[in-house]
Amino acid sequence: MELFDYGFMRTAFAAGLVVGVVCPLVGLFVTLRRLSMIADALSHVCLAGVVAGLLAGAQPVLTASLFSVSGALLIEGLRVKYRTYSELAIAIILSAGVAGGAILLSLGSGLNANFMSYLFGSIVTVGSSDLYYILLAGGLILALVRLFYKELFLISFDEEGARLAGLPVTAISVGFTALTALTIAISIRVVGILLVSSLMVLPVAAALRLAGSFRGALLLSVLAGEAAVVAGLFASFYLNLIPGGAIIMASVAILILSLACRPIQSSRQSISS
Amino acid sequence: MENKTPCPVIEISNLSFTYGCHPVLKDVNLTIMPGEAVGITGPNGAGKTTLIKLILGQLQPQSGSVGIFGFPATDHGWRRWLSYVPQRATHFNQGFPATVLEVVLSGRASRRGLFRGYGPEDHAAVTAALENMEIEHLRKVPVSSLSGGQQQRVFIARALAAGPDLLIMDEPTVGLDRSANLKFYSILKRINRDTKLTMILVSHDQEGISGLITRQVCLNLHLCTCNSWEAAPGGLPAVNCAGLLSLRS
Repeated sequence: MELFDYGFMRTAFAAGLVVGVVCPLVGLFVTLRRLSMIADALSHVCLAGVVAGLLAGAQPVLTASLFSVSGALLIEGLRVKYRTYSELAIAIILSAGVAGGAILLSLGSGLNANFMSYLFGSIVTVGSSDLYYILLAGGLILALVRLFYKELFLISFDEEGARLAGLPVTAISVGFTALTALTIAISIRVVGILLVSSLMVLPVAAALRLAGSFRGALLLSVLAGEAAVVAGLFASFYLNLIPGGAIIMASVAILILSLACRPIQSSRQSISS
Repeated sequence: MENKTPCPVIEISNLSFTYGCHPVLKDVNLTIMPGEAVGITGPNGAGKTTLIKLILGQLQPQSGSVGIFGFPATDHGWRRWLSYVPQRATHFNQGFPATVLEVVLSGRASRRGLFRGYGPEDHAAVTAALENMEIEHLRKVPVSSLSGGQQQRVFIARALAAGPDLLIMDEPTVGLDRSANLKFYSILKRINRDTKLTMILVSHDQEGISGLITRQVCLNLHLCTCNSWEAAPGGLPAVNCAGLLSLRS
């Protein structure tokens, strides 16, 4: 195919395929634990991280990871302080992230053109060092989710029961939020800061309509995520669209298709005891 | 190697607990031996839930002591020998995508330990638990599509899959209809009879549980035992016991 003649497209596809797996995979647990607001907050913290990276001349995806994971740990710390208003922790970190990003942005003039590519993603600017980092971090995320699969399932399904059974629930929760932060940071190159949380939620929303099992929800989420990334990147190349917008629009289309399908709840048969 | 011996599963002596200036439990003494199915009944606010929390080590006794498998309840050394099904077990997120098998298998998580996936013995334990609760045919069905009674049996199966020596259930039949209740009690009765699993059942349904339990204790600040308990013929079944901890490898 013509578009694969271009090196930058091969790089963009490789990065996109990794992102299309890890975002919905982590997003499934995030959604089931009702933490999708955390994903939103952490993506905004990436804003400050990216600008800091551009200003310092460092790899922006790396600094974004650093900022995002720190933000995740701060959220978890603040949630303990505001036990009964734990969503305040999310709002605080989101505000701090955007404000910090805005201040850093006003310090550095001339960043704007480059900076835009981080807001909505870009297919031409994913460098090979970006790709190596995305592959490495993506592999780490996959390995950790695989390693802690049964604990993550149990904590998502029944956190209280997990605690009583003696599982280190707090440690796993904090670790998982950090993992979410890393997932977001490596995805901003392709989907962009403003849309990354959508790629964590929309494929999952479609999958939850159709899945009858956890494994099924997981596979369908990843499938929907990959389909959206591939469709979005094609559209981005041939129609000259911003990839983040194209990928998320494709996710919305998949979600609408899933809504048209018969949901699992209404297809329940009467099951005899 | 598991060393098992007949020792009291629960040993509560002179236990008192007050919330502020409201005494909830006063001088409660209760010993539960292996193989018993004890029903704890009493009016609302009689301290049933408080007693369970003390047994689970979620509250500190203010005076007296609570022992479980020979450990002080707050030690948590007993954790893997106990399964607890809370009152609101079936109030889980009904939109959660999981099959009966996936939910029951998650009961094995703490047995397995971190970093290890489920193995054949976990699946064998799950199959046995599903068969015990008579829901083997539902294993691939989404939990959210089951009736309340079936869901409750799934949660008991999950608790059984962990292979406990003690099963504590808090109001397990709230919200179930009468036929589901009867079915539920008859299944538990069979499990208690066949496997000698020790059970504690907190319930409002005095009449319903009467066929299942081997002893009823009613709680209303103090404790009274309504019918006495005698050792089952053939002696006591053996359970894990902290008294033999030093022999464990």
